[in-house]
Order: sequence, then C-alpha cells, then structure tokens
Amino acid sequence: MRLNVTQYPILATQYNNKVNSMSTITLAHGSGGKLTHELIKKMILKGYGNPVLNRLTDSAIIELIKGRRFAFTTDSFVVKPVIFKGGDIGKLAVCGTVNDLAVSGATPLYISCSFIIEEGLSEKLLNRFIGSIKKEAATAGVKVVTGDTKVVEKGSCDKIFINTSGIGVVKYKRDLSVNRIKPGDKIVINGTIADHGAAVMLARNDLGFKDGPESDCASLNRLILTVLRKCSNVKFMRDPTRGGVAAVMNEIAEGASFGIRLFEDEIPLDNGTASFCEILGIDPLQMGNEGKVIVVIEAREADKALRLMKKDPLGRKAAIIGEVTREYKGRVVLKTKVGGERIVDMPVLEALPRIC
Amino acid sequence: MKYIDEFRSLKLAKNISAKIAELALPARGGRGGRRYNFMEVCGTHTNTFYRFGLSKLLPENVRLISGPGCPVCVTDESYIDNAIILAGLKDTIITTFGDMMKVPGSSSTLYRERAKGRDIRIVYSSLDALKIAEDNPAKNVVFLGIGFETTAPTVAMAIIEAKKKNLTNFFVYSAHKIIPPAMEAILKDKNVALDGFILPAHVSSIIGADGYKFLHKFKIPGVIAGFEPLDMLEGIVMLLREVKSGRAEIENEYTRGVKKSGNKVAQVVLKKVFVSTYAVWRGIGEIPKSGLAIRKEFAAYDAEKHFGIRRKKAAVNKYCLCGEVIKGVKMPEDCKLFAKSCNPENPKGPCMVSSEGTCGIHYKYKEK
Amino acid sequence: MCLGIPMRIISKAGDKAIVDSGGTKREISVSLLKDINIGDYVIVHAGFAIERLDEERAKETLDIFKSIKP
Repeated sequence: MRLNVTQYPILATQYNNKVNSMSTITLAHGSGGKLTHELIKKMILKGYGNPVLNRLTDSAIIELIKGRRFAFTTDSFVVKPVIFKGGDIGKLAVCGTVNDLAVSGATPLYISCSFIIEEGLSEKLLNRFIGSIKKEAATAGVKVVTGDTKVVEKGSCDKIFINTSGIGVVKYKRDLSVNRIKPGDKIVINGTIADHGAAVMLARNDLGFKDGPESDCASLNRLILTVLRKCSNVKFMRDPTRGGVAAVMNEIAEGASFGIRLFEDEIPLDNGTASFCEILGIDPLQMGNEGKVIVVIEAREADKALRLMKKDPLGRKAAIIGEVTREYKGRVVLKTKVGGERIVDMPVLEALPRIC
Repeated sequence: MKYIDEFRSLKLAKNISAKIAELALPARGGRGGRRYNFMEVCGTHTNTFYRFGLSKLLPENVRLISGPGCPVCVTDESYIDNAIILAGLKDTIITTFGDMMKVPGSSSTLYRERAKGRDIRIVYSSLDALKIAEDNPAKNVVFLGIGFETTAPTVAMAIIEAKKKNLTNFFVYSAHKIIPPAMEAILKDKNVALDGFILPAHVSSIIGADGYKFLHKFKIPGVIAGFEPLDMLEGIVMLLREVKSGRAEIENEYTRGVKKSGNKVAQVVLKKVFVSTYAVWRGIGEIPKSGLAIRKEFAAYDAEKHFGIRRKKAAVNKYCLCGEVIKGVKMPEDCKLFAKSCNPENPKGPCMVSSEGTCGIHYKYKEK
Repeated sequence: MCLGIPMRIISKAGDKAIVDSGGTKREISVSLLKDINIGDYVIVHAGFAIERLDEERAKETLDIFKSIKP
C-alpha cells in the first residue's frame, strides 16, 4: 500500500518543509518523494501505525485463514489530465492496483472501484473510463466486484478521482522484503523508463509539445508471476510509479547496510522520451512509470529473470540496470555513460522543467 | 539524439580524460605538480559536470569551480517577495520558468503560493505567457523574466510582439542579468586565483567570442565549451594547453554553435528592448551594470513601472559565504550555516538553492 | 540559463517553425535567425531558435575528439 496524499503530476518544487512545523500540505507531499515519506512516517504511522501498516509495502500481506496469505492494497488516482497518450485514468486505476498486488507476490483476483465525479462531467467521458476499466480488468484477469459513486460540486475535484482497493492470493513462498537484499544481488527492470511521466506532462499541453512519448501503463501480473514461478530467489519487487526509479532505489537503500550502483548505459530509454527529457532538463530517473517493475534478485538468477521477461510482450526491452554493493552504504550511485559517477537522490518533488 | 549522443561517447571521454591527466600531471618521475583552478560560469555547465559525474574524470590537481552562473539561484529574496505580492493581486496571472518555483523568498516560495491557490503557471517560453495574456484579456499576465544573455533576447522578442499586438495586459518583471560584469567582479578580488574560465555555450551563441574581449586586461584564458560532457572535457584540455604555454586567449571549442561575432539579430533585439542597470546577486551583493531593465519605449510592458515595484536594498545574510564559495576562495564546510540552518530544503544562498551548486553537491556527498 | 538542444526544422511558415527531436515536436520562433531552411538543425532555447547548428563544424569537432589518443 502506498499512501498518496494528493497527486497532480504538476511541476512542483523544493520548499522548506519540516513536517513537525508544517502548517499546510503542499503538492510536494504527494509527489512520492522525500516529503511524502516524511508525512507517512511522522504523521500517519505515528497516528495509527501497526505492525502490518508499518511495513509500508505495496500490499498488506494478511493471513486471513491459517496458512493462506492474502494481499490487500488500496490506491487513489487523481491524474491530470484524465486522458493521455497510451491510456486514461480508468486504465491507470486497474493497472496500478493489479501491479501493487503482483509486486507483493500475489495473484490479483478482485478489485473495488469508487468514483468521485465532478459535477458537469460528460456521460461520454465517464463511459470512456468505464470502458477502459472493463477492458483492462479483462486483460489482467481481475473482476471489479464492488464500488461506490459520489458526485461533488464543480471545482471540488478535477473531473474525476478514482479510488480502488484490490485483493489477491499470495502464492510466492519466500518473503519479498528489503531485509533479504544482500550485496551482489542484481536489479532488473522490464523495459524503458520515464514514458508515463513524460506522456502525462505532454498531455497537459501547458508546455506546447506535440506527439512524443506514450504512457507505458500496463498490468504486469502475468509477467511478474512468470518470474516468481520460475525463479526461487527474488528478494524484493516494487513498481517505480511517482518519483520513478530514483525513488524506489532510495527507498530500498535508505538506512541499509548496502548501497546500490546503477549503470546509466544499461537503463532502457525510448528515443522520444529521451529527447523530451533533454529539452526540458528533466532527469528520467525521477519520472513516473505505470507499466514497469523493479526486481531485486540473487545474481545467479538475474539472467534467467531477464530471459523470462523478454519472452513477455511487456518485457521486450528488459535489462539488468544495476547491482547491490557493499560500497556507498545507504546511497544510490549512478555510473554515467561517460564513465563518471554521481549520487542519485531521493526526489524531493515531481520533476520540474528547467531552463537553466 | 543527433548531435547529442555522439558527444557522450564513453570511448572518446576516456581518451580526452587521459589527455587531461597527461597535460595536468607532472612528467613521469616528476614531483610537485601544480594545481589548476578553472571556473565555469553557467548553471548548465554545472549541471552537465554533476549529471555525468565528470569530477571522476579529472585528475586530483585540476579543479573546476562552480561560479555565479545560475541566474535563477542568484535571484535575490526581494524579487521573489515582490513576485508573490503580484501573485496575490486581483485578476493577475503569474507566468514563470519552472526553475523559479523553488527559489526562496524571505518567507515563502512561488510553489507554496500556488498551493494556496494563487494563479501561478509554469511556461516553457515567454511566447506562451504572451498567449496566456491574449487568451485572458480581463486579466493581467506578468512574466518573470529570468536568465542571462541567452534568454533575454527571447523575452525581448515577446515584448516586441506584445507591442505589435497592442496588448495592454502583458508585463515582464525583469531580473535578467549579464555575465561579464559578474566575471569582472570576481577577477577584481585579490584573493581569487583562477587559471582560466570555461565560458558558457549559449550565452556565447548570442554574444560571440568577441563578447569576452574584456578578459584580455586580466590576462586570463577562456574557452567557450558546449554543454555535452565531451565538450567540457575538451574545453579543459584547451585551457590546460593555454596555461602551459603561457597564453591568455579566448578560444572556441563549441564551433558548431558559436560564431566569432555571435548572433547579431539577437544582440540588436536585446539592445532595443533592454538597458543595463545595477543588479543584486544573491550571496554576492550589488554588481553595477549587471542587470537588464526594460527601456522607456517599452515601459507599458514593464511590470516594475506598471505595478510601482520599488527596488529594495539588498539584504545579505552576514553568515552566508556563497560569495566566497562562488569565487572559489572558500569551501562550503567553511560556512557556519552549511548543513545546519542552510540545507537543500531550507537554502540560504545560491550555492545551496541550486542542487548542483557547490554547497548542494557537498551536502549530497557528506557523510550521513 | 542556457538549456538548449539541437532540433531539426521540419516545417516553416514566416517566423514560426516546427522542430523535431526523436519524435517530440514543438512550434518555435525563428525570428532571431535569418535564412533558416527545412532540414536545418537549430539550437532551441525557451521556444526560440538561437543559432543554427553548423553540421560541418560538428563533424570537425568530433574528428578532433577522435584524433585524441592517450
């Protein structure tokens, strides 16, 4: 479960915000980076934390029946704009929930879908989202079994917000946890990064660009479960949504006794997305992904995982992008394509177009 | 990406890096190699250097100092405070480049004000701001004019367009600055020991190699270098060659983007709309003739005139050592505020406002 | 304040042009340059072409880099 306070994929910024002395929640608190984590740890967990919640995993693993583990997750989708190249908020809602269950080692089974609709939304648009949800649920093999509908006054939300929850059965025997990660482990991703973040930024059209990147929004449960079925030593998985690969790597490395080294040359990047990021001075490592999973796996099985991913249509451009190392304790370092080296920070806020 | 990827070749980087070591380090068996201190004066060079981790490709005795090259980071507090006041005015839209959102004012930032509901919009171009003005005739649109000689001509064109279209609701609040006076101010400080400058790529596209003639009197070499990693590395090779042969010339590595006389059209447009004035540089103070103000003929588009904004005397935090850090005379660790009251979430001076500024980098790399 | 990348002119009308890089397109102003043609590469900054990218010089520069042998 990842707590999204509020998400507008807008260009936010760095700002002095010690949570204790904070008086307003800002957009930066919802961007998936440093301030989101602070808010969760210092307010929410402090408020009503418990052993399950405190683990802050993408899905909560609960033993409802003795010997049978279930994964339970929730998410809210407030993406703006609601339609972008490669998808819409409906498709995103299903993919996001399915992926949160799958990275926890579960076979997704049922999801709920609640709408908060802004007064004035056209029925045509709502039908479009409903159609996307139906299509993606069928693709992922999940059923939408319950939901809710509310309508709020114009201005109270932006066209539509969707909240979901999802439940699945955990089949993977091993515990998927950062605690199992050791130096030597490899980091594998199933394809190109930053596409979703770029597509959403493009679709907002404030910046005037045309064509360009397409969102990678996709349900990854089949790909993930194939890897889990055939590889016995997957240590941990997470989908790099807001905050991108940089956020996930830092979440894993923070406070750990190991560090992470990424290889810039190995990181798959689509040409159009690369150009888009160059023009606006944005770091692709910080851009969101909605059809990608990061798998931390024992070195011996890394090539196998790679082969399995490449067989799947959603993993054709899979790559081993890094490794866990004894060096750089608690940090993430990038070996750059010209042979240099730099630290990859936990993003403080959503990527911001630069002129400087 | 054509004309970008080729300039990021690993193989070529290795070779140029080896050349730098060959030039900079003492001859085999030799002792006591000297130090070389070069300075870059453009935020984009600072960014390239950091992004590609180029410090690893330089020998120990070659140091690249990050100078006052980030026009965003050197924008002082009072400008942000005024922009925030403008944002609070009725029927006013503030339009700005993305970088400005995070610069600290005395108590808030544009980003925070936006979260409170002010109409503050990020644009990629001043022409986008102009369009917003055309689309919202009942509102005043203020564009925050930030940038050096690369950006100022583009903003000048927007002002010229606004006049052609007879707009009455478009204004530019200028904090534009020019680089040469800042470079002179640095060189006049006796404590500064620089062996050469890496000169900015795109400022040079506008002002040309001729724009740096003022460096002759200081007898210091300068090399215009492009923004790709190979460009910067080659720029350092060229500087080392100059220093070692006792030359102090202006050379151009970025021949594909810079002509000797620069972009004449842009220079004319710049002079037509702007006139030089004093400017306050955060962490440094006032530098005469380093700012650009809008000329009388275009006063109708000058936010300062229209909204009656008065320039405040620069308030410089007496403990902030950015001025010295920028000159390469002090290190962040020498500053009492570093990593204590001054950090990336609460930056005091430009060296920390920019995440790639000297203090920003030192903070990232210091032991946690 | 100089972020600008080479982009290719794919169409032009008066002072405006459409440029492309890797499939990402945008309309920009070419009012700061003279004699710009379709197919030219220009350096784009803040929605303007600030200089034509001299392809001959680009090749020369790369040749210089290639000639550097440690």
